[in-house]
Amino acid sequence: MELCPSIKNVLLLDSEGKRIAVRYYSDDWPTNSAKESFEKAVYTKTQKTNARTEAEITMFENYIVVYKFVQDLHFFVTGGENENEIILATVLQGFFDAVGLLLRGTVDKKEALENLDFILLCLDEIVDGGVILETDANVIAGKVASHSMDSGAPLSEQTITQALATAREHLTRSLLK
Amino acid sequence: MAQPLVKKDDDRDDEADYSPFLGIEKGAVLQEARVFNDPQLDPRRCSQVITKLLYLLNQGETFTKVEATEVFFAVTKLFQSRDIGLRRMVYVMIKELSPSADEVIIVTSSLMKDMTSKTDMYRANAIRVLCRITDGTLLTQIERYLKQAIVDKNPVVASAALVSGIHLLQTNPEIVKRWSNEVQEAVQSRAALVQFHALALLHQIRQNDRLAVNKLVSSLTRGSVRSPLAQCLLIRYTSQVIRESANNTQTGDRPFYDFLEGCLRHKAEMVIFEAARAITELNGVTSRELTPAITVLQLFLSSSKPVLRFAAVRTLNKVAMTHPMAVTNCNIDMESLISDQNRSIATLAITTLLKTGNESSVDRLMKQITNFMSDIADEFKIVVVEAIRSLCLKFPLKHRSLMNFLSNILREEGGFEYKKAIVDSIVILIRDIPEAKDSGLLHLCEFIEDCEFTYLSTQILHFLGIEGPKTSDPSKYIRYIYNRVHLENATVRAGAVSTLAKFGAMVDALKPRIFVLLRRCLFDNDDEVRDRATLYLNTLGGNGAVVETGEDVKEFLFGSLDIPLVNLENSLKNYEPSEESFDINSVPKEVKTQPLAEKKAPGKKPTGLGGPPTGPPSTVDTYEKLLSSIPEFANFGKLFKSSAPVELTEAETEYAVNVVKHIFDGHVVFQYNCTNTIPEQLLENVTVIVDASEAEEFAEVASKPLRSLPYDSPGQTFVAFEKPEGVPAVGKFSNMLRFIVKEVDPSTGEAEDDGVEDEYQLEELEVVAADYMLKVGVSNFRNAWESMGADFERVDEYGLGPRDNLAEAVNAVINLLGMQPCEGTEVVPNSSRSHTCLLSGVYIGNVMVLVRLQFGIDGPKDVAMKLAVRSEDEAVSDAIHEIVASG
Repeated sequence: MELCPSIKNVLLLDSEGKRIAVRYYSDDWPTNSAKESFEKAVYTKTQKTNARTEAEITMFENYIVVYKFVQDLHFFVTGGENENEIILATVLQGFFDAVGLLLRGTVDKKEALENLDFILLCLDEIVDGGVILETDANVIAGKVASHSMDSGAPLSEQTITQALATAREHLTRSLLK
Repeated sequence: MAQPLVKKDDDRDDEADYSPFLGIEKGAVLQEARVFNDPQLDPRRCSQVITKLLYLLNQGETFTKVEATEVFFAVTKLFQSRDIGLRRMVYVMIKELSPSADEVIIVTSSLMKDMTSKTDMYRANAIRVLCRITDGTLLTQIERYLKQAIVDKNPVVASAALVSGIHLLQTNPEIVKRWSNEVQEAVQSRAALVQFHALALLHQIRQNDRLAVNKLVSSLTRGSVRSPLAQCLLIRYTSQVIRESANNTQTGDRPFYDFLEGCLRHKAEMVIFEAARAITELNGVTSRELTPAITVLQLFLSSSKPVLRFAAVRTLNKVAMTHPMAVTNCNIDMESLISDQNRSIATLAITTLLKTGNESSVDRLMKQITNFMSDIADEFKIVVVEAIRSLCLKFPLKHRSLMNFLSNILREEGGFEYKKAIVDSIVILIRDIPEAKDSGLLHLCEFIEDCEFTYLSTQILHFLGIEGPKTSDPSKYIRYIYNRVHLENATVRAGAVSTLAKFGAMVDALKPRIFVLLRRCLFDNDDEVRDRATLYLNTLGGNGAVVETGEDVKEFLFGSLDIPLVNLENSLKNYEPSEESFDINSVPKEVKTQPLAEKKAPGKKPTGLGGPPTGPPSTVDTYEKLLSSIPEFANFGKLFKSSAPVELTEAETEYAVNVVKHIFDGHVVFQYNCTNTIPEQLLENVTVIVDASEAEEFAEVASKPLRSLPYDSPGQTFVAFEKPEGVPAVGKFSNMLRFIVKEVDPSTGEAEDDGVEDEYQLEELEVVAADYMLKVGVSNFRNAWESMGADFERVDEYGLGPRDNLAEAVNAVINLLGMQPCEGTEVVPNSSRSHTCLLSGVYIGNVMVLVRLQFGIDGPKDVAMKLAVRSEDEAVSDAIHEIVASG
């Protein structure tokens, strides 16, 4: 019996249900068309609901899906039917807030696509092979942003440790020259 | 910070549709990837190209093996760059490509260098990537670093190593198990997520060692686990320990319950909920244990967060199935959820209320639901319909209002699945509640007057044909049926003709009128309809005088086809028109056994050894087929009952054996389902030696050994006993598995020629009185009880001794008798002092038995029971008392 909480997929779709970035961690959807039809089903099922202030939740095909919308972006996290709903919601919130921090408040499809590298790194930092890696949005965003070469202006969210890491990296680099 | 990856098009006027990936194309991007080979790397540009490649992959684009490998090699060049951002993208890209590219191992040295780097980010990510692409030999090389990483000061590095360990445990368990000391140290980490990952890995390493898990849980439940996620894990492990130890601590306080209860006061909602859910799922949970969990769930019901409301109402819904009384306190909160914006929550609330409601609240509830039904989707309506169906079966007296409700919603708009659910429910209610038959049939008749679904119309017509003639006034249905002949498509018309014929066959008084109607159908413009009408007119004798309907005609009209349709279809396809007409008796009756639900573990099939794997058949039908195919057992007569499998070995032993008891009138057959769990062994000539010295009335008559039992493909061996005919003989049997074991070379799958004879002790098996009782329910117990009469009634009183509560006593008696509880009377309301339980069943010899049990608590926890038995046979009534008296 699988006791460890596990995430089946994390999806970021646009307001027409098209993919921005998706990550699947389960073999339940072996082909791209299986994935696409799942996304379509999730999108149609949730499209009419209002998930803008609080995360919403639904259950279908024996999956639990928690979701939240902002502008023209739809965020989803899917888990098995026996998963603790609140754990799923925590992962969703982590993803949602981290993207908000990384896009500096302008969270819409255009910004998301223009910073797709951030979004992909963000997904990479949240879940690894279905196991939850991190749920704290500040930490996630910090890890993603501190690696950016563009971060001439340091992010306000950058924590001390990350700042130190960056500093150390600069130091080693200069020593190596 | 914006990085337009495609040059902006100046003429673009549709701002909303702008995407940096507009018009992106795989071939072009693969060309662009050449920049990875530039001697002077441009990190920024490389990053952009990788993002484009990832975008393509994410959109479902696939790379061929050659393309993937090419890109992969190019990407590895980027390790030369010291740009952190680029390196980060490189890691993601390698993970993305590793399943499809060849020779991923080429990056190993670069990654190993990163893994020992001073930069935490490099170390953490290199570990994750390496573990993704590694194999056993490589893993031993890097094992030292991974162990260090697990206890690294930096939480990100430690987590990366631990999570990788969780994944690697699936492929290289023996290596990961050696890390236990480091993992244990990491459990004490101050970083929340490290603690979570370490605990998950530690438990997975030890999960097969029950004692170690027990120790882990008892030490951690006393200590302080900081991370909420880790605390949730601990709750799951704790409830597993409670589950497994439940058998030997029936009395007294449940171990670790206090821990679970304490978690209800945790500050994190996910922990509170996890604990509440764990408590509700405890085996045989008492109302005292439930109360605090229900209280926190009740608070969640009025939360502003939909997720919390959903989680709480879903859990309460499950609780309501077993402990409806415990949930009634939440009914008021639940009723306000009927109008919840989130329709999933509203539906769950409704169905919970339907489960917890009592007879008096049904009408009020129905009123609320009627308003609710109009604005939810079909899938939710189906759930509600099903809940109403079970409510109606629970309170048959309320059938009128519930049936009305169903017929009302049947008239409203709805899709096929929804209508089908309603029709199915009405059909079930008609079958089970005799009083509801007339009104139910009329509702169905009205529905087909205006039904757009051909399938449903024909199903209903078929059902009318069976049930209609048995009613007091069959003639009133004829009009509805004949109307179909006028107004519907050919399929429905043909169905209506068959139904008319059935009325004609069953009700002689209607025959002349039916003939008139059938003759009119002879001019239908569809040949199937005409053919049927002609056929029925001839078989029913409509061309001559009115005659009694013969038995074979009835059999023809009402009997079921005993041949699988697939076989008939194949035989008809193979039939070549010739002088010889098609013989239906030549169609094989055998059902082609499809691979049963054994497909769960692909890739673990036997390696070309032994006979075809036969999965253990599960249903009575398959048992019957299986047994009748064995010549030794063919003359045992009709199979009366097959028990559920009883395990004769502990879990995780070398050989797993369970037994199914097949009861015949004069025989008992034990079917031993054996599984060999050792890959290095092949068992041959497997038999079970049964010692029946403690079962005097049984004599062994036959035994059917299993020729060969390869690794992981279950097989069966049988032993048959003779016993006095029709007598419910009981006894104890001890079992010994005997076989010849042969070594198998795991690499080739070849077995050695020489084997050694060996034995393996199995647990004892008992044939008990309940084995002679079939669980058969009756729809209306009172009716059945009255019509059975008091001729062979036997009443007596028994003291059951001290019991924890009434529910336990009721369950004990139900299990002892092996009978079907009726009308939900197996559920004992919490803290009630007396209870009546109704049971029904069929005893060996096909004797219907009805039992009425009245329990009462007498003094301090002493349970007394009054047992009244009615059956068709005096001896059987006595036998039931005998079972209880000796149990």
